[in-house]
Amino acid sequence: MAEFFAMGGYADFVWTAYGLTAAVLTVLAVSSVRRLKTLERDLAAAADDEHDR
Amino acid sequence: MNWQALANPARFKRLSDRLLPWFAGGAALCLAVGLYLGLVASPPDYQQGDSVRIMYVHVPAAWMAMFVYANLAVAAAASLVWRHPLADVAGRAMAPIGAAFTFLCLATGSLWGKPMWGTWWVWDARLTSVLILFFVYIAYMALNSAFDDDTRGARSSAILALVGAINLPIIKFSVDWWNTLHQPASVSRLDGPSIHASMLTPLLLMAVGFTLLFFALALVRMRAGLIERRLAALSYTRSADAGVASFR
Repeated sequence: MAEFFAMGGYADFVWTAYGLTAAVLTVLAVSSVRRLKTLERDLAAAADDEHDR
Repeated sequence: MNWQALANPARFKRLSDRLLPWFAGGAALCLAVGLYLGLVASPPDYQQGDSVRIMYVHVPAAWMAMFVYANLAVAAAASLVWRHPLADVAGRAMAPIGAAFTFLCLATGSLWGKPMWGTWWVWDARLTSVLILFFVYIAYMALNSAFDDDTRGARSSAILALVGAINLPIIKFSVDWWNTLHQPASVSRLDGPSIHASMLTPLLLMAVGFTLLFFALALVRMRAGLIERRLAALSYTRSADAGVASFR
Protein backbone atom coordinates (compact mmCIF):
# COMPACT_ATOMS: atom_id res chain seq x y z
CA MET A 1 0.00 0.00 0.00
CA ALA A 2 2.80 2.40 0.94
CA GLU A 3 4.43 1.52 -2.35
CA PHE A 4 1.25 2.49 -4.19
CA PHE A 5 1.13 5.89 -2.50
CA ALA A 6 4.84 6.46 -3.12
CA MET A 7 4.27 6.27 -6.90
CA GLY A 8 7.88 5.28 -7.51
CA GLY A 9 9.11 8.56 -6.03
CA TYR A 10 6.72 10.71 -8.06
CA ALA A 11 4.03 10.87 -5.37
CA ASP A 12 3.98 14.70 -5.11
CA PHE A 13 3.49 15.17 -8.83
CA VAL A 14 1.05 12.32 -9.46
CA TRP A 15 -1.20 12.93 -6.45
CA THR A 16 -1.23 16.71 -6.91
CA ALA A 17 -2.33 16.20 -10.53
CA TYR A 18 -5.13 13.79 -9.56
CA GLY A 19 -6.16 15.83 -6.49
CA LEU A 20 -6.35 19.06 -8.49
CA THR A 21 -8.41 17.36 -11.22
CA ALA A 22 -10.83 15.89 -8.66
CA ALA A 23 -11.12 19.22 -6.83
CA VAL A 24 -11.78 21.36 -9.91
CA LEU A 25 -14.33 18.96 -11.42
CA THR A 26 -16.11 18.48 -8.07
CA VAL A 27 -16.40 22.22 -7.47
CA LEU A 28 -17.73 22.68 -11.02
CA ALA A 29 -20.30 19.89 -10.61
CA VAL A 30 -21.49 20.93 -7.14
CA SER A 31 -21.78 24.63 -8.04
CA SER A 32 -23.64 23.83 -11.28
CA VAL A 33 -26.19 21.58 -9.54
CA ARG A 34 -26.62 24.04 -6.65
CA ARG A 35 -27.27 26.91 -9.03
CA LEU A 36 -29.89 24.85 -10.88
CA LYS A 37 -31.65 23.96 -7.60
CA THR A 38 -31.71 27.60 -6.49
CA LEU A 39 -33.09 28.75 -9.83
CA GLU A 40 -35.72 25.99 -9.86
CA ARG A 41 -36.87 27.21 -6.42
CA ASP A 42 -36.91 30.82 -7.63
CA LEU A 43 -38.96 29.86 -10.68
CA ALA A 44 -41.46 27.92 -8.57
CA ALA A 45 -41.79 30.94 -6.26
CA ALA A 46 -42.27 33.28 -9.21
CA ALA A 47 -44.91 30.97 -10.68
CA ASP A 48 -46.75 30.97 -7.33
CA ASP A 49 -46.70 34.78 -7.27
CA GLU A 50 -48.10 34.82 -10.76
CA HIS A 51 -50.84 32.44 -9.69
CA ASP A 52 -51.77 34.51 -6.60
CA ARG A 53 -52.26 37.70 -8.53
CA MET B 1 -34.60 16.52 -35.34
CA ASN B 2 -36.48 19.71 -34.68
CA TRP B 3 -34.00 21.93 -32.83
CA GLN B 4 -36.50 24.73 -32.55
CA ALA B 5 -38.63 22.48 -30.34
CA LEU B 6 -35.76 22.08 -27.90
CA ALA B 7 -35.80 25.79 -27.17
CA ASN B 8 -39.07 25.13 -25.43
CA PRO B 9 -37.83 24.90 -21.82
CA ALA B 10 -40.40 22.26 -20.86
CA ARG B 11 -39.36 20.02 -23.72
CA PHE B 12 -35.68 20.58 -23.05
CA LYS B 13 -36.26 19.73 -19.39
CA ARG B 14 -37.96 16.47 -20.32
CA LEU B 15 -35.16 15.48 -22.68
CA SER B 16 -32.43 16.38 -20.19
CA ASP B 17 -34.29 14.56 -17.39
CA ARG B 18 -34.13 11.43 -19.49
CA LEU B 19 -30.49 11.81 -20.58
CA LEU B 20 -28.90 13.15 -17.40
CA PRO B 21 -28.86 9.89 -15.35
CA TRP B 22 -27.21 8.04 -18.25
CA PHE B 23 -24.52 10.71 -18.71
CA ALA B 24 -23.83 11.04 -14.99
CA GLY B 25 -23.93 7.28 -14.32
CA GLY B 26 -21.82 6.50 -17.38
CA ALA B 27 -19.26 9.14 -16.36
CA ALA B 28 -19.02 7.71 -12.82
CA LEU B 29 -18.57 4.18 -14.13
CA CYS B 30 -15.96 5.07 -16.78
CA LEU B 31 -13.99 7.26 -14.38
CA ALA B 32 -14.05 4.61 -11.60
CA VAL B 33 -12.76 1.86 -13.89
CA GLY B 34 -10.39 4.27 -15.64
CA LEU B 35 -8.89 5.42 -12.33
CA TYR B 36 -8.41 1.83 -11.16
CA LEU B 37 -6.74 0.79 -14.41
CA GLY B 38 -4.71 4.00 -14.64
CA LEU B 39 -3.48 4.17 -11.06
CA VAL B 40 -3.29 0.50 -10.10
CA ALA B 41 -3.50 -2.03 -12.92
CA SER B 42 -1.46 -0.34 -15.67
CA PRO B 43 2.33 -0.74 -15.65
CA PRO B 44 4.77 2.10 -14.93
CA ASP B 45 6.51 3.43 -18.04
CA TYR B 46 9.93 1.94 -18.75
CA GLN B 47 11.45 5.43 -18.92
CA GLN B 48 9.10 7.67 -16.96
CA GLY B 49 8.22 5.26 -14.14
CA ASP B 50 5.01 6.04 -12.29
CA SER B 51 4.98 9.70 -13.39
CA VAL B 52 3.39 8.44 -16.62
CA ARG B 53 0.12 8.01 -14.67
CA ILE B 54 -0.35 11.79 -14.93
CA MET B 55 -1.10 11.06 -18.59
CA TYR B 56 -4.48 9.53 -17.67
CA VAL B 57 -5.78 12.92 -16.51
CA HIS B 58 -3.58 15.22 -18.59
CA VAL B 59 -4.33 13.86 -22.06
CA PRO B 60 -8.13 13.48 -21.61
CA ALA B 61 -8.24 17.00 -20.12
CA ALA B 62 -6.38 18.28 -23.19
CA TRP B 63 -8.78 16.49 -25.54
CA MET B 64 -11.72 17.95 -23.62
CA ALA B 65 -10.24 21.45 -23.77
CA MET B 66 -10.43 21.20 -27.56
CA PHE B 67 -13.64 19.16 -27.82
CA VAL B 68 -15.57 21.57 -25.61
CA TYR B 69 -14.21 24.47 -27.64
CA ALA B 70 -15.37 22.82 -30.88
CA ASN B 71 -18.84 22.55 -29.35
CA LEU B 72 -18.65 26.17 -28.23
CA ALA B 73 -17.75 27.23 -31.78
CA VAL B 74 -20.71 25.29 -33.22
CA ALA B 75 -23.03 26.91 -30.65
CA ALA B 76 -21.56 30.29 -31.57
CA ALA B 77 -22.18 29.68 -35.28
CA ALA B 78 -25.75 28.56 -34.57
CA SER B 79 -26.27 31.62 -32.42
CA LEU B 80 -25.07 33.97 -35.17
CA VAL B 81 -26.78 32.23 -38.09
CA TRP B 82 -30.14 31.19 -36.64
CA ARG B 83 -30.29 33.57 -33.68
CA HIS B 84 -31.40 30.58 -31.68
CA PRO B 85 -31.70 31.34 -27.93
CA LEU B 86 -30.76 27.76 -26.99
CA ALA B 87 -27.41 28.27 -28.75
CA ASP B 88 -26.62 31.28 -26.53
CA VAL B 89 -27.60 29.33 -23.44
CA ALA B 90 -25.45 26.40 -24.60
CA GLY B 91 -22.40 28.59 -25.21
CA ARG B 92 -22.69 30.25 -21.84
CA ALA B 93 -23.15 26.85 -20.15
CA MET B 94 -20.18 25.19 -21.86
CA ALA B 95 -17.49 27.88 -21.63
CA PRO B 96 -16.66 27.46 -17.90
CA ILE B 97 -16.46 23.67 -18.35
CA GLY B 98 -14.00 24.13 -21.22
CA ALA B 99 -11.99 26.63 -19.22
CA ALA B 100 -11.82 24.18 -16.31
CA PHE B 101 -10.53 21.35 -18.53
CA THR B 102 -8.00 23.68 -20.18
CA PHE B 103 -6.76 24.79 -16.77
CA LEU B 104 -6.43 21.14 -15.70
CA CYS B 105 -4.56 20.32 -18.91
CA LEU B 106 -2.06 23.13 -18.24
CA ALA B 107 -1.68 22.38 -14.52
CA THR B 108 -1.29 18.59 -14.86
CA GLY B 109 1.05 19.13 -17.82
CA SER B 110 3.17 21.37 -15.66
CA LEU B 111 3.20 18.75 -12.88
CA TRP B 112 4.32 16.18 -15.44
CA GLY B 113 6.85 18.50 -17.09
CA LYS B 114 8.77 19.25 -13.90
CA PRO B 115 9.95 15.68 -13.19
CA MET B 116 10.28 14.64 -16.88
CA TRP B 117 11.54 17.77 -18.65
CA GLY B 118 13.08 19.46 -15.63
CA THR B 119 10.87 22.52 -16.00
CA TRP B 120 7.31 23.53 -15.08
CA TRP B 121 6.88 25.50 -18.28
CA VAL B 122 8.44 26.26 -21.66
CA TRP B 123 7.17 28.65 -24.30
CA ASP B 124 6.97 25.99 -26.98
CA ALA B 125 4.23 26.09 -29.59
CA ARG B 126 1.99 23.44 -27.99
CA LEU B 127 2.05 24.89 -24.48
CA THR B 128 1.67 28.46 -25.68
CA SER B 129 -1.25 27.72 -28.01
CA VAL B 130 -3.10 25.87 -25.20
CA LEU B 131 -2.47 28.80 -22.86
CA ILE B 132 -4.01 31.05 -25.54
CA LEU B 133 -7.02 28.68 -25.67
CA PHE B 134 -7.44 29.17 -21.91
CA PHE B 135 -7.36 32.97 -22.34
CA VAL B 136 -9.92 32.77 -25.17
CA TYR B 137 -12.29 30.87 -22.86
CA ILE B 138 -11.83 33.55 -20.18
CA ALA B 139 -12.34 36.33 -22.75
CA TYR B 140 -15.50 34.60 -24.02
CA MET B 141 -16.98 34.49 -20.51
CA ALA B 142 -15.98 38.08 -19.78
CA LEU B 143 -17.37 39.41 -23.06
CA ASN B 144 -20.56 37.37 -22.72
CA SER B 145 -21.42 39.04 -19.42
CA ALA B 146 -19.99 42.48 -20.25
CA PHE B 147 -23.21 43.93 -21.68
CA ASP B 148 -26.45 44.90 -19.96
CA ASP B 149 -28.21 43.58 -23.04
CA ASP B 150 -27.81 39.78 -23.05
CA THR B 151 -28.30 39.57 -26.82
CA ARG B 152 -25.37 41.88 -27.50
CA GLY B 153 -23.21 39.91 -25.07
CA ALA B 154 -24.17 36.67 -26.79
CA ARG B 155 -23.49 38.09 -30.25
CA SER B 156 -20.08 39.60 -29.41
CA SER B 157 -18.86 36.52 -27.55
CA ALA B 158 -20.09 34.26 -30.38
CA ILE B 159 -17.93 36.21 -32.86
CA LEU B 160 -14.96 35.87 -30.50
CA ALA B 161 -15.59 32.11 -30.19
CA LEU B 162 -15.63 31.69 -33.98
CA VAL B 163 -12.43 33.69 -34.49
CA GLY B 164 -10.78 31.76 -31.66
CA ALA B 165 -11.56 28.47 -33.42
CA ILE B 166 -8.52 29.14 -35.66
CA ASN B 167 -6.52 28.12 -32.61
CA LEU B 168 -7.81 24.52 -32.66
CA PRO B 169 -5.86 23.29 -35.73
CA ILE B 170 -2.87 25.30 -34.50
CA ILE B 171 -2.93 23.39 -31.19
CA LYS B 172 -3.43 20.05 -32.93
CA PHE B 173 -0.60 20.46 -35.45
CA SER B 174 1.73 22.63 -33.35
CA VAL B 175 3.78 19.53 -32.47
CA ASP B 176 4.30 18.77 -36.19
CA TRP B 177 4.75 22.30 -37.51
CA TRP B 178 7.23 23.48 -34.93
CA ASN B 179 10.06 21.95 -32.93
CA THR B 180 8.33 21.53 -29.62
CA LEU B 181 9.54 20.08 -26.35
CA HIS B 182 6.05 18.59 -26.15
CA GLN B 183 5.88 15.19 -27.80
CA PRO B 184 3.81 14.61 -30.99
CA ALA B 185 0.56 12.61 -31.02
CA SER B 186 0.64 9.00 -29.84
CA VAL B 187 -3.02 8.05 -30.12
CA SER B 188 -4.59 9.79 -33.15
CA ARG B 189 -2.00 8.74 -35.72
CA LEU B 190 -2.56 7.55 -39.27
CA ASP B 191 -0.74 4.27 -38.54
CA GLY B 192 -2.72 3.65 -35.34
CA PRO B 193 -1.93 4.36 -31.70
CA SER B 194 1.65 3.77 -30.59
CA ILE B 195 0.64 3.04 -26.99
CA HIS B 196 0.25 -0.44 -25.54
CA ALA B 197 -3.33 -1.55 -24.79
CA SER B 198 -2.62 -1.67 -21.03
CA MET B 199 -2.14 2.11 -21.13
CA LEU B 200 -4.50 2.94 -23.99
CA THR B 201 -7.53 1.37 -22.26
CA PRO B 202 -7.44 3.52 -19.08
CA LEU B 203 -6.63 6.56 -21.24
CA LEU B 204 -9.70 6.06 -23.43
CA LEU B 205 -11.93 5.21 -20.43
CA MET B 206 -10.93 8.46 -18.71
CA ALA B 207 -11.57 10.34 -21.96
CA VAL B 208 -15.06 8.84 -22.35
CA GLY B 209 -15.72 9.55 -18.65
CA PHE B 210 -14.71 13.21 -19.05
CA THR B 211 -16.86 13.48 -22.20
CA LEU B 212 -19.95 12.10 -20.43
CA LEU B 213 -19.26 14.35 -17.45
CA PHE B 214 -19.10 17.31 -19.84
CA PHE B 215 -22.47 16.36 -21.37
CA ALA B 216 -24.03 15.97 -17.90
CA LEU B 217 -22.63 19.30 -16.65
CA ALA B 218 -23.63 21.07 -19.87
CA LEU B 219 -27.23 19.82 -19.52
CA VAL B 220 -27.44 20.93 -15.88
CA ARG B 221 -25.99 24.34 -16.71
CA MET B 222 -28.18 24.79 -19.81
CA ARG B 223 -31.26 24.06 -17.76
CA ALA B 224 -30.15 26.67 -15.25
CA GLY B 225 -29.55 29.10 -18.11
CA LEU B 226 -33.03 28.54 -19.54
CA ILE B 227 -34.65 29.15 -16.14
CA GLU B 228 -32.59 32.31 -15.78
CA ARG B 229 -33.94 33.58 -19.10
CA ARG B 230 -37.46 32.71 -18.04
CA LEU B 231 -37.08 34.54 -14.72
CA ALA B 232 -35.65 37.57 -16.51
CA ALA B 233 -38.63 37.56 -18.89
CA LEU B 234 -41.05 37.24 -15.95
CA SER B 235 -39.53 40.15 -14.03
CA TYR B 236 -39.55 42.18 -17.25
CA THR B 237 -43.29 41.61 -17.78
CA ARG B 238 -43.89 42.31 -14.13
CA SER B 239 -42.03 45.62 -14.17
CA ALA B 240 -43.84 46.47 -17.41
CA ASP B 241 -47.16 45.70 -15.68
CA ALA B 242 -46.09 47.85 -12.73
CA GLY B 243 -45.22 50.64 -15.17
CA VAL B 244 -48.68 50.47 -16.71
CA ALA B 245 -50.28 50.32 -13.26
CA SER B 246 -48.54 53.52 -12.14
CA PHE B 247 -50.07 55.34 -15.11
CA ARG B 248 -53.59 54.30 -14.23
